[in-house]
Amino acid sequence: MLSTLKRRVGEVLLPGDEFSYDGDDTISLTEPVRPEKVLCGPGLRRSGDRLLVCKSGVLRHKQPNVFWMDCQQKRYVHAKGETVIGIVTVKSGDVFKVDFGGSEQASLSYLAFEGATKRNRPNVQVGDLVFAQFIVANKDMEPELACIGSSGRANGMGVFGGGGLLFRVSLGLVRRLLSPHSEVRSDLEQLFPCELVIGMNGRLWVRSSSVHQTLVIANLLQSCESMTPLQRRELFTRVQQGAL
Amino acid sequence: MSIDSVKLSKNLLRMKFMQRGLDDETKKQLEEDERRIISDEHWYLDLPELKAKENLIIEEKSFVPCEDLKFGRMSFRGFNPDVEKLMTLMNPSDEGPAEEEEVTSRMPADVTDEEMALRYESLVGSMKRKFVKKRERVTDEDVNQNLVETNTKRIFLKPQD
Repeated sequence: MLSTLKRRVGEVLLPGDEFSYDGDDTISLTEPVRPEKVLCGPGLRRSGDRLLVCKSGVLRHKQPNVFWMDCQQKRYVHAKGETVIGIVTVKSGDVFKVDFGGSEQASLSYLAFEGATKRNRPNVQVGDLVFAQFIVANKDMEPELACIGSSGRANGMGVFGGGGLLFRVSLGLVRRLLSPHSEVRSDLEQLFPCELVIGMNGRLWVRSSSVHQTLVIANLLQSCESMTPLQRRELFTRVQQGAL
Repeated sequence: MSIDSVKLSKNLLRMKFMQRGLDDETKKQLEEDERRIISDEHWYLDLPELKAKENLIIEEKSFVPCEDLKFGRMSFRGFNPDVEKLMTLMNPSDEGPAEEEEVTSRMPADVTDEEMALRYESLVGSMKRKFVKKRERVTDEDVNQNLVETNTKRIFLKPQD
């Protein structure tokens, strides 16, 4: 299966395509036979011994044995450990309900903030933006968020906002912004001093020193969705020279 | 009545008071029977042998570990120094020298270094006075009037009778 997977890296696959353990993998007689584990990321699903494709896109590979589907989508499906921007919608007793743009609202315990105790409640109002991490993300259970890491530190999570602008982009653009060698990010870095909060759920929050600049950045990022790198660079240099 | 017909039942023979009169052979036979009954009555599960197959496929639902995505808070050109500090903390693989080059294009500070120095220049005197004791402060002012006080320690002089 590994060899077939590796051979098809970079190809477009559709839901329903499958990989299975065949006899085609040659087993070397000299080395000790140690079955290799495959880590399948989003878009691939395990079904018994087979590996099924469940999203259409391009098969990607990372060393040693990580495979996933690279696809464009707008609907966010929550996954454990991902950080998202949520909007507090309900404040009831000891949990907040947070809308993160998924199929269901997530619950956020009032104790899941840095420095919060039973006596000392965090100051969170309905309508506040929170940057939080999924600690329970299961298709059968209510998603649960937390604003602290496992060490009890906030590490940048928690309530934020004020003076910024929140808008939506596609999940693909979010991943492009967050990738280690992102061109969009390095282009953006040249423009204005600004601050960005990027949620994996496709929400982006920008703040800079003036409303005008904030709006410019927001519009630029939204138009990045459908531009070639060349067009983008051209537009960014024009903005930098003060054309907009 | 023949002897054969007068045979005592097994259950009767197994009783304690009957044991004395039994011969070795029947005793052995009885014990064996008993053992068989016990072993027959023992329970066992009628299940196929469970053998966990090693799972070679691990599922991961998130893009973050696959694509090595960075932490979602960032600040550029010193807009929010706290977040920039956090960025280096959360993304340890960041290359350091790239940031050093951009020091010139940083966001202008609200208070420049010169302004700071000028402000503190006038503050030096008042800050100094804060750490001086009241008695010493008096002598300080005396110095300005060129009235040098003798530094002899005051002691109690016993009056003469």
